[in-house]
Amino acid sequence: MCWGVVDQDVSRSPDAVCRANLSRSKKSSHLPSFGVSLARPSKFGYLEFSTKCSQHQQPSSTTTSPISVTNPLQVLISKMGRLQEYQVIGRKLPSETDETPRLYRMRIFAPNDVVAKSRFWYFLKKLRKVKKSAGEIVSLNVIHEKRPLKVKNFGIWVRYDSRSGTHNMYKEYRELSRTDAVHSLYQDLAARHRARFRSIHILKVAEIENSADVKRPYIKQLLTPNLKFPLPHRAPIGVGKKIFLAKRPNTFS
Amino acid sequence: MSKIVSSEWPQVETGRVVLINSGKDEGKLAAVVQIIDHKRALVDSPHIERQEISLSHVSLTQQVITKLPRAARSGVVKKYWTEASVDEKTASTTWAKKRASREKKRQLTDFERFKVMVLKKQRRFEVRKAVAKARKASS
Repeated sequence: MCWGVVDQDVSRSPDAVCRANLSRSKKSSHLPSFGVSLARPSKFGYLEFSTKCSQHQQPSSTTTSPISVTNPLQVLISKMGRLQEYQVIGRKLPSETDETPRLYRMRIFAPNDVVAKSRFWYFLKKLRKVKKSAGEIVSLNVIHEKRPLKVKNFGIWVRYDSRSGTHNMYKEYRELSRTDAVHSLYQDLAARHRARFRSIHILKVAEIENSADVKRPYIKQLLTPNLKFPLPHRAPIGVGKKIFLAKRPNTFS
Repeated sequence: MSKIVSSEWPQVETGRVVLINSGKDEGKLAAVVQIIDHKRALVDSPHIERQEISLSHVSLTQQVITKLPRAARSGVVKKYWTEASVDEKTASTTWAKKRASREKKRQLTDFERFKVMVLKKQRRFEVRKAVAKARKASS
């Protein structure tokens, strides 16, 4: 099971729980001065974290795509109902015995921040002896796709509970963003295995940068050079509206 | 022995010019920049924002920007688009002319539609006159 691996290899796996010590200077304050501790990426041993932090400080400006989107509302609407990626950081409440509890970080795919926080506690309870009633969320922010207009191949490691047992799975998706990939994973598992959101754990999502590393034939076939195909057997727009047509509709292109 | 000829259907490929049939960019032209999968492609052109689009919302035209590199950025697409003079070529097709006239018809006011009706009547009258004359001459 991957969680065990994740625990030992905390510093290297992006979606796993990461741990960090708080800056010791702020012992008295309930909420730590987060800017101070996050400003030192070396503590986390994970480079991507520091980039995410800079995003946290300037949430809107860092995620500009090569094409500027004219209407942000339209983008919002198109993304509604889909998943977003959240970075959730939480910890146990400070007590007399432990004034600076360990921080736990997760990258969570959820439709909104309420679900993201809930999932955070759900996973953390499974991994560590920390629960919501004795813990707090320190920070929560959205991780935006860096290049949402680039086609990428993603590998996703999943654990899911079927009716008869628990399975680990690796699947690949070709999408424009991590969230899109995870969304189509949920759709895919719902279709093929009748698996619901609650019975799926996303273990890891990684972009496959080298196309030679793509394993699944259904993605490999899309990587053939000079790929081309016709669109046969399509109904034109007018078909179906009228019972009789003067002309036989052509069903291609 | 019969010769086997492959179909000449327009294909989804990099550089294929497509017409967008639905959404806010309805009626606009774009070029396929990259194929995402069997049902989706990344399209871009000077007329639209670069976007992922379902191929079911698109009709393929006969035009292809042959030398367009795969996953070209918007600036490059624009360059190739103007180089291949896609807009001019499209404007000269019957399809575009039909579409333009349909659009024009839609814009007419009630009085203009009346004028069209009158002009059509005049044309019809002239045509029938000529036909009657020709029939009389032949018989």
